[in-house]
Amino acid sequence: MSDTFPESNIYSDDQKITFVYDVDGDDFTSAGQASVKVKKNLRRLGIDPEIIRRVSIAMYEGEINMVIHAHGGKATVTVDEEKITIELDDHGPGIKDVSLAMQEGYSTAPDSVRSLGFGAGMGLPNMKRYTDEMKIDTKVGVGTKITMKVYLN
Amino acid sequence: MKIETIVKLLDAKVLCGEDKLDEDVFSACGSDMMSDVLAYVKDQAVLLTGLVNPQVIRTAEMMDMKCIVFVRSKVPSDDMVELADDMGLVILTTAQRLYEACGKLYVNGLRGNGSKK
Repeated sequence: MSDTFPESNIYSDDQKITFVYDVDGDDFTSAGQASVKVKKNLRRLGIDPEIIRRVSIAMYEGEINMVIHAHGGKATVTVDEEKITIELDDHGPGIKDVSLAMQEGYSTAPDSVRSLGFGAGMGLPNMKRYTDEMKIDTKVGVGTKITMKVYLN
Repeated sequence: MKIETIVKLLDAKVLCGEDKLDEDVFSACGSDMMSDVLAYVKDQAVLLTGLVNPQVIRTAEMMDMKCIVFVRSKVPSDDMVELADDMGLVILTTAQRLYEACGKLYVNGLRGNGSKK
């Protein structure tokens, strides 16, 4: 399965480079492909491996969440001189109680997802742990936008 | 511990990454929950698991791991092996159960805390 995932749309100017991915929500098999691509691209940019690891894990958790809960969405990763910004945008059900969702071990994922190795209720706490800043904008019935930042220095 | 030592200790079959068997690994973890691997694991080079799906491969890649050992005779699909090969991972499969496989590696010096023993 060679990650035949299409290469991202890439935009760049003097100050920053942006990678945009459509995350397919219909096929769990493909979940995580965008994060794998991001990791490759960050390596090509010569980013510090520990920073890459943190960004990759945070984005991977978010990407899996989008597939499990929101039928996919859009992932945008922007690298500028001082930081890497990950934006995960979906039109899923929204998060009813954000503080509850942030508790380790709390999960609304169905058992079918747990049998796939996910849904332990560690996704959002883990995303916060691995990033310097995390912001959740969510509205029930409309969708969720998560913005995470990892500073390069 | 060299990856080839893991192959011997677990009587494992190498599915990809034959050229990396002489690489050293210093720690390992065993879990069927990728969520927990992502949450609790740090600097673990080997993942032992009974879960077989593409996310196991991608989780290992995200965590900068070097080797995945599928226990209980689980064999990943050709597509999964190809994916792992592309990422430069070593894939092993063993008939041992998770607990036994972890135990054998542990008593032979492959610990879980990342210390270089």
